[in-house]
Amino acid sequence: MKIQNENFKTRNSDIPTTDLLMPDLETANNNFNFQLDRRQFMKLAGSGVFLFFTIGDLPLFGQQEGRGVRRNLPNDFNAFLRIGEDGRVSLYTGKIEMGQGVYTSLGQMLAEELDVPLGSVDMVMGDTDLCPWDMGTFGSMSTRFFGPPLRMAGAKARQVMLELASEHLNTPVEKLTVENSVVFEKSNKNNRVSYAELAKGKKIEREPKGPVSLKKPSEFKIIGKSFARRDGEEKVTGKAKYAGDIQIPGMVYAKILRPPAHGAKLLDVDVSEAKKVSGVQVVQDGDFVAVLHKYPDVAEMALSKIKAKFDSPKTGIDDKTIFDHLLKSADEGRTAAHDGDLQTGEKESKFVFDETYLNDYVAHAPIEPHTAVVHLEGDKATVWASTQTPFSAKEEAARKLGISPDNVRVITPFVGGGFGAKSRNGQVEEAARIAKLSGKPVQLAWTREEEFFFDTYRPAAIVKIKSGITENGRMNLWDYKVYYAGERGAEQFYTIPNHRTTAYGGNAHPFATGPWRAPANNTNTFARESQIEIMAAKAGTDPLEFRLKHLRDEKMKRVLKAAAEKFGWKPAKGPSGRGYGIACGLDAGATVATMAEVAVDKATGEVQVKRVVCAQDMGLVINPEGATIQIEGCITMGLGYALSEGLHFKDGKILDTNFDTYELPRFSWLPKIDTVLIEDRESDPQGGGEPAIITMGGVIANAIFDATGARLFHLPMTPERILDAMKSARG
Amino acid sequence: MEETIQFKLNGKQTKLNVDGERKLLWVLRTDLETTGPKYGCGEGICGACTVLIDGTAARSCQTSVKEVNGRYVVTIEGLAANGSLHPLQKAFMKHDGFQCGYCTSGMILTAYSFLKQVPHATHDQIIEGMEDNLCRCGAHKRIVAAVQEAAKEMEGAM
Ligand code: FES
Ligand code: FES
Repeated sequence: MKIQNENFKTRNSDIPTTDLLMPDLETANNNFNFQLDRRQFMKLAGSGVFLFFTIGDLPLFGQQEGRGVRRNLPNDFNAFLRIGEDGRVSLYTGKIEMGQGVYTSLGQMLAEELDVPLGSVDMVMGDTDLCPWDMGTFGSMSTRFFGPPLRMAGAKARQVMLELASEHLNTPVEKLTVENSVVFEKSNKNNRVSYAELAKGKKIEREPKGPVSLKKPSEFKIIGKSFARRDGEEKVTGKAKYAGDIQIPGMVYAKILRPPAHGAKLLDVDVSEAKKVSGVQVVQDGDFVAVLHKYPDVAEMALSKIKAKFDSPKTGIDDKTIFDHLLKSADEGRTAAHDGDLQTGEKESKFVFDETYLNDYVAHAPIEPHTAVVHLEGDKATVWASTQTPFSAKEEAARKLGISPDNVRVITPFVGGGFGAKSRNGQVEEAARIAKLSGKPVQLAWTREEEFFFDTYRPAAIVKIKSGITENGRMNLWDYKVYYAGERGAEQFYTIPNHRTTAYGGNAHPFATGPWRAPANNTNTFARESQIEIMAAKAGTDPLEFRLKHLRDEKMKRVLKAAAEKFGWKPAKGPSGRGYGIACGLDAGATVATMAEVAVDKATGEVQVKRVVCAQDMGLVINPEGATIQIEGCITMGLGYALSEGLHFKDGKILDTNFDTYELPRFSWLPKIDTVLIEDRESDPQGGGEPAIITMGGVIANAIFDATGARLFHLPMTPERILDAMKSARG
Repeated sequence: MEETIQFKLNGKQTKLNVDGERKLLWVLRTDLETTGPKYGCGEGICGACTVLIDGTAARSCQTSVKEVNGRYVVTIEGLAANGSLHPLQKAFMKHDGFQCGYCTSGMILTAYSFLKQVPHATHDQIIEGMEDNLCRCGAHKRIVAAVQEAAKEMEGAM
């Protein structure tokens, strides 16, 4: 993020400039209080050749209540690229880089179609002044929805450059071609001109006159090749900046007085001791009390001197009673899918299985906590935030600062992991509030305890499934009810004549919940794939064969077979004692099948996942290595929600405050991981950052069953729960 | 209580008047503008704040600044010698030993310290040596591969 880094206001640089790239933008904002049109905008963005383009669902963005309506930039496109006088190509997008590698893969798509070296593409990401409005980075959508229009934009830009070259060289377009940013005549390579020369002294927006087509997969030189991540050097040298690394002159660090539990009320507060700490400023606004100091640790120490009394409610809800509470408060539900007749299905079933699956609340726990720096100068503000949604952060900061969103610029440095957590920007609102109260530039970084307290947890959820098989082992009944997880991945894809899927929601969580890497689908896939194997075991059929027998989806069959081949799956009916498991599912347009081998220590209930094979069909693969890494990340992270991650809480008090009791996967948990990418070069790229994680609960549950004969119905599958299940399996 | 603390930081002598009880992590990140070490947990659990003290990995969130008086502190910023990346840094780049990169400086410095103690580390020893560093993105497999490769390169060099 070259350009962004130049824009960071750090103490090391001399007087910071806000708009290196577009020095007149702020003045322009004053002149044009309404949206700029493209020509005005280009004037500000510097010289070069511009191409504006739109992500497919732009009209929908516009309809969202007020969101994004007040942005400064023109609103008939939501991304653009510029070919500059130095021949460098800049892609401006509101997406952000939080580890998922879009910094590299988006660049690859553009470089491919535009015929420029990948190294000449600069990404300008997540800066609300420089980048057009974007909804946010989540849902494995960057490559999926951004990819096709981005490629088309690259192809159009290439055609534009060809046409400009044709005029320049006095040679018809048909006789020209491009390699490495240079246009030349096919029959006379010396008749040539570079993109840089063509862009020189120009400031034009151009649409191609001639026809534009995307490259065929056989022509790809950059797409489909593995590239090491382009943010590598910055990240291994410590140069990569995260929000907490931003320091501006006069900045103070803030610590906020927190309640001991959700729902607690502040009764009484005495800040006098805190105020005595030298250099400390205390700001107060009703119940909101913050301590400021130029060193965060001193602010923290001063905060601990505040005497506060809270009234904490006794709700009687804890991590054990939560499921009853949720079921009691569920709404009337919504049918997501239905076919056949459930009663007939039940009547015709020889065996009926009625099971309930649970999962605990799961934390996002990015290692970088929510962090923001807010610098308010007059009626303008600059915000640096670790966020997945910089444009929402802009609105939220503006509201708290009491200024127009037009006057707020949000810059998103590298984000230290998000997984959905940083779609919500509580820290931005708080930092803005403190900046306004104190009149100083403020940095607020949540502590780990705050990060646990304010997380928007993956919801605790319940799935109830009644299913049945006929005498000859065919599935005939599927009545699926999911509570609180959500619908993503709820619909089953097996051939079952009588089925219904119902999703129930409600508003009964004792604290905030929100999307967590592949929302809902982890819960749904765990329940579905466990139930499938219960039936396979009863039917006495190998679980792979049982699935294949009930599948019509060719892609699903293909990934299952590919996984089986790599894994060396040998058919056996479960439990075979080998500790083998299978799970498969659909997510973000991708089809995924996972197989795992586990060893269970029958004395302690400890599980070691020995190996995992994951086959995934994700359409066109832009960066195979990048895609593989995302899958490995999903598998490794998924071990956590499968085996250890479940939040402990009582009466609104979050009992897990750090990684000592809330255990993340560690190096010693690492299985041997093999991935099989099944490429479909003719179709569009699909999501990669989430799909593989959905199978991790199911595949491990099934493998534990295969190893021990014990069926686990509750995530995470802690040693304690495994021992219990083994006890009940023995009868 | 304010006292004068002197130590070498990334090749430079550093002297500051500071409350010696303050944690090294915050003194580095704020007073000394060295932001490579990161805050992840503040309780010595995650390893994001790892630095080298006289060549050995230490958790700067648990280290008082007075403990480094007269010693040599290296952060990720100081690992590359004369502008050329350390073999560990190169290997992390080559193997993509990171995703978000937030745990990376801690990972590299922990590996550095560990490889110094166990130069011919096996795969299992590397796992053991890295066990107490957390990575939420799940870059573990790549990190192990990177450390393995760097271990080979560093043989003899250390
Ligand atoms: S921040 Fe020091 S170990 Fe986590
Ligand atoms: S790379 Fe994100 S925490 Fe390790």
